[in-house]
Amino acid sequence: MPREDSSIDALKEKARLVRRHVIEMTCAAGSGHPGGSLSAADILTALYFRVMRHDPEHPEWEGRDRFVLSKGHVAPALYAALAEAGYFPTEELLTLRELGSRLQGHPSKGKLPGIEMSTGSLGQGISVSNGMALAARLDGSDHRIYCLCGDGEMQSGQNWEAAMFAAHYGIDNVTVFVDRNHLQIMGDTEDVLSIEPMEEKWAGFGWNVIVIDGHDFERIIEACEQARRCKGRPTVIIANTVKGRGVSFMENNPEFHGKCCSDEQKGVAMSDLEGCL
Amino acid sequence: MPVKKASQRSFFGKALQELGEADESIVALDADLGSSTKTSDFAKVFPDRFFQCGIAEQNMMGTAAGLAAAGKTAFTSTFAVFATGRCWDQIRQSIAYPQLNVKIAATHCGISVGGDGASHQALEDIALMRALPNMTVICPADANEAYKATLAVASMPGPCYIRMGRADFPIITEEDAPFEVGKANILRKGKDVTLVGSGQMVSLCLEAAEMLKGEGVAAEVLNMATVKPLDAETLIDSVERTRCVVTAEEHSVIGGLGSAVAEFLGENGNQPMVRVGVRDSFGESGDPEDLMVKYGLTKEDIVHAARKAVARKQKKKGFLWRK
Repeated sequence: MPREDSSIDALKEKARLVRRHVIEMTCAAGSGHPGGSLSAADILTALYFRVMRHDPEHPEWEGRDRFVLSKGHVAPALYAALAEAGYFPTEELLTLRELGSRLQGHPSKGKLPGIEMSTGSLGQGISVSNGMALAARLDGSDHRIYCLCGDGEMQSGQNWEAAMFAAHYGIDNVTVFVDRNHLQIMGDTEDVLSIEPMEEKWAGFGWNVIVIDGHDFERIIEACEQARRCKGRPTVIIANTVKGRGVSFMENNPEFHGKCCSDEQKGVAMSDLEGCL
Repeated sequence: MPVKKASQRSFFGKALQELGEADESIVALDADLGSSTKTSDFAKVFPDRFFQCGIAEQNMMGTAAGLAAAGKTAFTSTFAVFATGRCWDQIRQSIAYPQLNVKIAATHCGISVGGDGASHQALEDIALMRALPNMTVICPADANEAYKATLAVASMPGPCYIRMGRADFPIITEEDAPFEVGKANILRKGKDVTLVGSGQMVSLCLEAAEMLKGEGVAAEVLNMATVKPLDAETLIDSVERTRCVVTAEEHSVIGGLGSAVAEFLGENGNQPMVRVGVRDSFGESGDPEDLMVKYGLTKEDIVHAARKAVARKQKKKGFLWRK
């Protein structure tokens, strides 16, 4: 399929646009989750503009790679990436959370092209990804499933049921990202309910574990390639990120987990996002 | 005359296997209970399309959702109490909301589970499933209907819940009797009271109708195998003639068939109504038949309820219950 320029520089520019959309959308909506959207923006950009096989002109194409946003609250970043990729007009982004909008507060399957699963109640995305992966195996298709989870989300038990299941069935066409930004609503994950040691947990469940800087495009792409080459077991990429990445006053600030910025703050945010990170 | 009984679970297992033979997109998932739920029949013949999920029902529902999102028709099976309560949020978020083709075939419903006791007796499962938008809820009356319901849900889009028992239930419908999702069948005509049953209580409604005949009361019996969507047309048509109604279900009176009928008649009619069901209580261990007696789920309970309903109809006004 035709692919836009996917050089590292082009990806950085796309990520900048995605971040600007996130701020504009959440400000227009007066609510939403900018912090986690910004920490995940580079991963989403790498997936939609370099890693994944997909065709915005044919969102239901059977051979496409699937993306499941387990951390459904960072829908603004996903919508921004989808719109930039051409799934729907970027103008529609500003309808986020409006009555009648296809851009629901959390992703709703069937409403908007490119949304593979309804999510929002945390902990469910890996199970769903496993099901999609088993279907691909039954159908003899080589497409892959990518799933993005939050780190706070790892506190949910269903993830570990799904982790055990994927390893048992040798599901190697699933790649899970853990957006390890260290913050959840009530503060540091290690203070709220410790999820560490992450690497050992996943390895203990039989997964191929890769740890990267989740804002380094080369590392994200390389990790996805490594996951593709890993046979017989699933891969988790623990992506160390910064919550609120790119907006000075949001970085590492749990306050902006689920709150948009004021008009004044918006000016600062947009000026922070004038150049590539 | 000895009543012929059969297992709903076995007939479900047979239907599932037939579906698997006819259609490669049928997959099945179970949570370490395949020998009880009878998905083991399917597993033996189609090992590639069967996924043993272990004792992890939430993941089972999510995995089924993923398979369905990719075009499969996924049957998930476990005991009713786990299939609904333990993974209600997964069903809500990942199955009902995105309207996926997941068919939840649950066994071991109701008090007749017997010895396992309250932890394993699902008396709230219909309430839980009925409250979910997009969900179809079916309580087959006997094994023949369990077989037909299984085939029927496979060819209709969207999420479905099928509720089956543990014990063998009396066969009360013919193999060639019509079965349509959303359609109640009138099993006996009568003009004095409508008995609406679901699951094995339908057979008890038939027996109660025979007892009522001896008292000069002609009871009509509706098999409301689909609790949601409720067949309002057949219900109205019957209650318009009989002008009073009794519901009977092996479930709590809160949220099940009785509630569905009461909600409908409360908004659309003013006919006296009495519910037979478990009165806001957990069950306990015991012999299934003794439990049915203790928890008010016998033909005599239905007869008693019918007498009350008929008496209220004749009295025409006033409340039965005062503090």
